[in-house]
Amino acid sequence: MKNEHSHQTTKKFGMVINLDLCTGCGSCMVACMAENNVPFKPDETDKLKSITWMRVYRLTNGKPFPETDVCYLPRPCQHCEGHDGHSPCVSVCPATATDYDSLTGIVSQIYTRCFGCRYCMAACPYHARYFNWYDPVWPDGMEKYLNPNVSPRMRGVVEKCSFCYHRYQAAKDRAYVEGQRDIAEEDYQTACTQACPAGAITFGDLNNPDHAVYKLKQDPRAFRLLERLGTNTKVYYISSKDWVRKAGDNYLPDERPKK
Amino acid sequence: MKIDRRCFLSLAVGAGAGIALSPLPWKLTDDLSIWSQNWPWTPVPKRGEAKTVNSVCTLCPGGCGISVRKIDERAVKIEGMKTHPVNQGGICALGLSGLQLLYGPTRVKGPLKRVGERGKGQWMPISWDEAIREVTDKLTGIRKAGRPQSVAWISGAASNTLNQMLDRFSQAYGTPNGMRLPTLEDAYGLSVSLMNGGNARIGFDFEHAGYVLSLGAGLLDGWGSPVRMFKANTLWKTAGVKLVHVEPRLSRTAAKADTWISVNPGTEAALALAMAHVILKESLYKADFVESYTEKLMDGFRNIVLADFAPEAVAKVTGVDAATITMLAREFAKAKRPIAVCGRGQGTLPGSLDLFFATHALNALVGNINQPGGVWLVREELPSWPDVQPDSVAKAGLGYPRLDGIQTPARISLPNRFIQAVASGKDYPVEALLVIESNPLYTLNDTAMVRQAFSKIPFIVSFSSFMDDTAAWSDLILPNPVYLERTDDVVGVSGFPYPTIALSQPIVKPQCNTRPVGDVLLQIAKGLGDSVAAALAWKDFNACLEASLGERFKSLRKSVVWVDKAYKPAAWDEVFAAERFSFLPNGIAADAAFKPVGIPGDAGGFPLILMAYDTMRLSNGYIGNPPFLTKILEDTVLKQTDGLIEINPKTAKSLGFDEGDRAQIETPKGKAFVKVHLDDGILPGVAAMPRGLGHEAYDAYLAGKGINVNNLMASVNDPVSGFEAAWGIRAKLSKA
Repeated sequence: MKNEHSHQTTKKFGMVINLDLCTGCGSCMVACMAENNVPFKPDETDKLKSITWMRVYRLTNGKPFPETDVCYLPRPCQHCEGHDGHSPCVSVCPATATDYDSLTGIVSQIYTRCFGCRYCMAACPYHARYFNWYDPVWPDGMEKYLNPNVSPRMRGVVEKCSFCYHRYQAAKDRAYVEGQRDIAEEDYQTACTQACPAGAITFGDLNNPDHAVYKLKQDPRAFRLLERLGTNTKVYYISSKDWVRKAGDNYLPDERPKK
Repeated sequence: MKIDRRCFLSLAVGAGAGIALSPLPWKLTDDLSIWSQNWPWTPVPKRGEAKTVNSVCTLCPGGCGISVRKIDERAVKIEGMKTHPVNQGGICALGLSGLQLLYGPTRVKGPLKRVGERGKGQWMPISWDEAIREVTDKLTGIRKAGRPQSVAWISGAASNTLNQMLDRFSQAYGTPNGMRLPTLEDAYGLSVSLMNGGNARIGFDFEHAGYVLSLGAGLLDGWGSPVRMFKANTLWKTAGVKLVHVEPRLSRTAAKADTWISVNPGTEAALALAMAHVILKESLYKADFVESYTEKLMDGFRNIVLADFAPEAVAKVTGVDAATITMLAREFAKAKRPIAVCGRGQGTLPGSLDLFFATHALNALVGNINQPGGVWLVREELPSWPDVQPDSVAKAGLGYPRLDGIQTPARISLPNRFIQAVASGKDYPVEALLVIESNPLYTLNDTAMVRQAFSKIPFIVSFSSFMDDTAAWSDLILPNPVYLERTDDVVGVSGFPYPTIALSQPIVKPQCNTRPVGDVLLQIAKGLGDSVAAALAWKDFNACLEASLGERFKSLRKSVVWVDKAYKPAAWDEVFAAERFSFLPNGIAADAAFKPVGIPGDAGGFPLILMAYDTMRLSNGYIGNPPFLTKILEDTVLKQTDGLIEINPKTAKSLGFDEGDRAQIETPKGKAFVKVHLDDGILPGVAAMPRGLGHEAYDAYLAGKGINVNNLMASVNDPVSGFEAAWGIRAKLSKA
């Protein structure tokens, strides 16, 4: 996809998640659900049907007691850039319901365009996309806490993490009203980043040398998930543990990650 | 006209062509696509004016500041308060789910009176006047009959003033049986007063520690102030501060620790004392502190530790080899600003004092008391209320011994012993019980006994905001507003080393027909008259808060929190001038102080040990798990309605189990059907289940899911303090 707005500054919003700091507490998951009006059902133990834009996985090193080790890995949508915005889900969507925004690097999802074919879910290597098998139901009175900045989704459409795009819009509006040219780093932060009690998530513009993520992504311990698929994701992970970095891609038993 | 084949076909083709040429199919297709994209039943959140209101979260003793985003009158999101010194903008998963509690379906909408049999769920809505009259009449009757001692209360309230008010009510009414639910704070408080002397809250200067030894404390599983602990861990990781965690199970704390030491359950104190053995033997202790400010080391503590806690002997008990113990002891003693901490899991149960004594002794050996990066003694000074003038009835009632066996005046209470006394019916009976912000029928160990005790109490009043397990079993419910609808003061933050006072603010108008417990209590007191009315003569609970916070009340309404960040703990010369630090707790026999609490049940019939653990994804106290939290629960803990029990693959192999197999877990206290989950991160021979599942009450999002592990636990009294000290129980896992 061509960058049609090359006269504007191209941003590339991304995340760096420090797995050494993540305690797996689940705050990011709940912060996301509370911010983005993600519904819940009486039974959410079937994790294939449980909608969690942000999901914390528990990785183990597979060693027996007491050498066992565990690492928690939060997984939002990876907002793949692929080559020139050719991300796995965008390229298969027949309805143009999901698109790669070359100005922000955010992969969008437009619910009213989506007709639920779920090609994108099959194409996504990260299981970051979820299908609404049911109508969302909030118990009587609970719809009061719904956030007006995010539309609740209906049965039959796919949804996923948007990097809290509505917050970006709000930040832009605020910056415009205040007469600023550009938005500052702290003006636009995702709900999970903001909530994380361990400060494990850093969010910002990967293109901007002044943003914390710019430096962090260059950390020698940084890696991305399934990097060799060429998805060119915008979520980086940092771990000081070899086995964790190795778990980030499908390496052969005797193969080692390049870093 | 005869319809032959030819005619039929031409008609059919004609009709088909006609319909195809008409706008009908296109109109229908269009309608269909419009219909399929019209979802009038999907709510559209109303827009409105946005603003943010700050308050303090009282869902746990963590005392985090919260910023609630509001759209007009709706609260839409709870976030961490950026300027709050405890959580600095971070927030935990439970705190984030708070609005589901506020707007949730399990709230009690107004005062209810039981009409059917107890626990059958048949209620009649009544007015507040009726409800208050009902309680007042009952309490007046009991008091008139000269039995005020038979009225008891159980409180898990976060509000300092409310608890103070309850104490005052007891004094004026004449009952010694006020029960606060004790936590690790109480166990720490008691060990501090027995070793340091005086009364103080214990704080840990984790942010400046150089080495952290956690003896079973779930520092990253919700211990103390959870968000603060996550932030401290981040500091440790960035600064290279070593975290050593001792626990039989690879909890989240163990997973994040630099070293995980898996010990046999319940032997953490022995490990700590073996470390003290090495430190003493190799003279690694901090001589300037130990020599000038402590006592009973050389003549008491040293003898016990050297005689009974040699690493080789302790290795057999703990399962940690002697070399590791020695290495740990050296590391700990030689580290800069080391700190040792205990309090199992989240510390919601106090635990046995031997572990607290041993941990505190370790801290004293390295001389970190009231030092940067060490253990601090903290006090929050508040104006005190005028004394109560009890009348003769009250005096007579107060003359009775407490049912939990504590000598009055008590700073601690033992609900476990109280329940045992009521269940056995040996002493005098309890005729009325007030339950405030607690769910004893669910949270106390050995729930069958709690139920038995409750069945002997003819009048149970619940002040719960939710239809929880205890409320469902009560006779009268006088619902309290939830924490986002009321004003409460929170004095001190669990484990936080700076004096802190916070005031929660009503974020939204009460959503249900509720009244704050404090207000209701004042009205009841007024109705009771006599010395009770005189002792509780405030206009309302806010006036009461003002009386206990003084000048601060007004400023806290704006600032939410006051923290003395410049606080420096008193110097050794000052603290230990009158009384030296005692390595042996004062008034406790040396051999009793460090005696471990055994595991109930016999090893023959019950070869495994079942332990209950705490997790950030399950609220296990008065607050039932909100739907979001249950949603993020792992499917290795809960699958549909089945609770999973965690065992090591080795244990599973010896018992012939595979992942997901159905099994029956049996302890001397009960049995339950579970599914088996294999995990390498648990000591073989140990089985683990989380606290917080298996509710009988609440809604479709929580009721009937999993097993309440407290049903399977026995209540064990700590021999020194009487605190609930059960950390596990013998168990048997068989095929089902």
